[in-house]
Amino acid sequence: MAKLDQDAPVFSEDRVKALIETRRNQRGPLLEVLHALAEEFGYIDERAIPIVARALNLSRAEVHGVATFYRDFRSAPPPASVVRLCRAEACQALGAERLVGHARDRLGIGLGEHTADNRLGLEQVFCLGNCALGPSALVDGRLVGRLSEEGLDAIFDAATKDAR
Amino acid sequence: MTPTTVYVPRDASARSVGADEVAVVLAGLAAERGIEVTIVRNGSRGMLWLEPLVEVDTPAGRIAYGPVAAGDVAELLDSGLAEGAPHRLRLGPTEQIPWLARQTRLTFARVGVTDPLSPDDYEAHGGLLGLRRALSMEAPAIVEAVTDSGLRGRGGAGFPAGVKWSTVLAAPTTDVKFVCCNADEGDSGTFADRMLMEGDPFLVIEGMAIAALAVGATEGYLYVRSEYPDAIATMRTAIEIAYLQGWLGPSVLGSGSAFDLSLRVGAGAYICGEETAMLESLEGRRGVIRAKPPLPAHAGLFGRPTVVNNVLTLAAVPWIIAEGAGAYQQLGVGRSRGTQVFQLAGNVARGGIVEVAFGVSLGQLVNDFGGGTRSGRPVRAAQVGGPLGAYVPTSSFDLPMDYEAFAAANAMVGHGGIVVFDDSVDMARQARFAMEFCAEESCGKCTPCRVGAVRGVEVIDRIIAGQDPEANLELLEDLCELMVDGSLCAMGGLTPMPVRSVLTHFIDDFHLPQGQRA
Repeated sequence: MAKLDQDAPVFSEDRVKALIETRRNQRGPLLEVLHALAEEFGYIDERAIPIVARALNLSRAEVHGVATFYRDFRSAPPPASVVRLCRAEACQALGAERLVGHARDRLGIGLGEHTADNRLGLEQVFCLGNCALGPSALVDGRLVGRLSEEGLDAIFDAATKDAR
Repeated sequence: MTPTTVYVPRDASARSVGADEVAVVLAGLAAERGIEVTIVRNGSRGMLWLEPLVEVDTPAGRIAYGPVAAGDVAELLDSGLAEGAPHRLRLGPTEQIPWLARQTRLTFARVGVTDPLSPDDYEAHGGLLGLRRALSMEAPAIVEAVTDSGLRGRGGAGFPAGVKWSTVLAAPTTDVKFVCCNADEGDSGTFADRMLMEGDPFLVIEGMAIAALAVGATEGYLYVRSEYPDAIATMRTAIEIAYLQGWLGPSVLGSGSAFDLSLRVGAGAYICGEETAMLESLEGRRGVIRAKPPLPAHAGLFGRPTVVNNVLTLAAVPWIIAEGAGAYQQLGVGRSRGTQVFQLAGNVARGGIVEVAFGVSLGQLVNDFGGGTRSGRPVRAAQVGGPLGAYVPTSSFDLPMDYEAFAAANAMVGHGGIVVFDDSVDMARQARFAMEFCAEESCGKCTPCRVGAVRGVEVIDRIIAGQDPEANLELLEDLCELMVDGSLCAMGGLTPMPVRSVLTHFIDDFHLPQGQRA
């Protein structure tokens, strides 16, 4: 997940249709279409659901079901910055839970929540494949290893001071 | 003067501890000093505790330095890095580092050695030998070689690859058959698929192309989890290059046999590592598992006969075809043949990739290769085979890495991931987490998994809180039995394995009253 711009394109029916059009001939294109929408707008706008359903000859329920099954597809615009802390066993063995606690205390938000100004979101993830150099986090798509409390503070500082 | 080649890994793990910064600073400072260098962004050698590991090409071979921080680069250059000169970070000739020299690298032979996206490098280091050989063979002969090699599915289940392939080969010809590579490597403690895709992506493509020839498939899908952005980017580029090279497309290497390969990205669902959930996801649906039968080999992707194999299974095939099934079959123990790419993870001093023949003991991996814990405290346990694998106590560390030996000890080899814990771990919490993880990731199709995991968390919480521990332990055991017997797939069926291993080996961590030991 790349760092999402504050000025991500606003929802447009034409743009949704264009993104569907270039993918509709693939086999089983729904996930590919949803990925494209998420990349373009940062989330899956509910207004896109009937458009996708009509174009792919699916029911709205089917599209909604898929869009809500997968963790990657958000239903609302994402925070400007997202820190995903790994909570899987290999990172637990190196104090991941301590880092989660530190993040909660520092930001006053829990996992799956974001700051009031939507600048920074905190999420959990189960494994980033960096299991020999944990604890790990994915910071706006960038993998960070051997993460410490101090390292986490620096990441939070950068995200919240960023005056864009 | 020809520029000196310097290698700085592009592997995500190396980048997570500063490899990009090292590469940038190295390029800048070398230019400032008039030292001509060509920087190659290779894969990682797998000695992850030494990352960023910088290597220099010298007349005496490649010399390694590590771990190199960006701040070390000026000093390294000034003390003669380009000539492989002595320095406190110098590790000597890379190939002679004992940790690496003691391995048998077949699948990982090129990882860290070559430029991952150079087709010339790939061929110069033995790439395509397997595919060229396969193109000269009849399909049944390829399947027979894979069967004879004893290769078993590396994704965790250990099902014989040749049996699966022969089923797909024998399946009535429909309009199309598929080869699907499962790169949804979601198990904690496993990262070999990722490192292979980033470090030697053409090998994955070659393995899939051979599988396609063997079973008569013409289309393939590589399903990579979205948590692996680097692997996705590298594989995408590698597939493009492979098409340009004629390794993929309507006539693979000019043979007239077609094989088209597409990459698909997962969307953050662990269950999609289960093969039928992966097929559902590839079809654009929710990652809900399918009841078997029918087997994917008969009715898989879009209902067509489909080979589904893990990255490491498919990546083992080119070597087997090039060098012969016998050479592979000679390695290993019992019915576990060949090499396994073990992954040392968690609280371990020397973590990374250890590719050796089956039969090595867990203790040799954790203590000899791994060097014990990173924290320096005593090792308490190792979880082997991912979140659904058992916690093995140090008293069982003489267990050989062998599918059957592990199964007999109520544990599993799985995908070869080994997560080390020191003595500060609270095993009761780990048992609870196994259930919590299952509750979080269950697809919801079957009740034992969907509801059982939630009840599992609750009952473990009560035991930890000291509420009627005897009755609740009995309830937990009953629940575990139900999940094992009643779940449709390994998610619910194996979640009890880590839980029961804690009850068996680490019951003290539940602090039960005297006389109440399960």
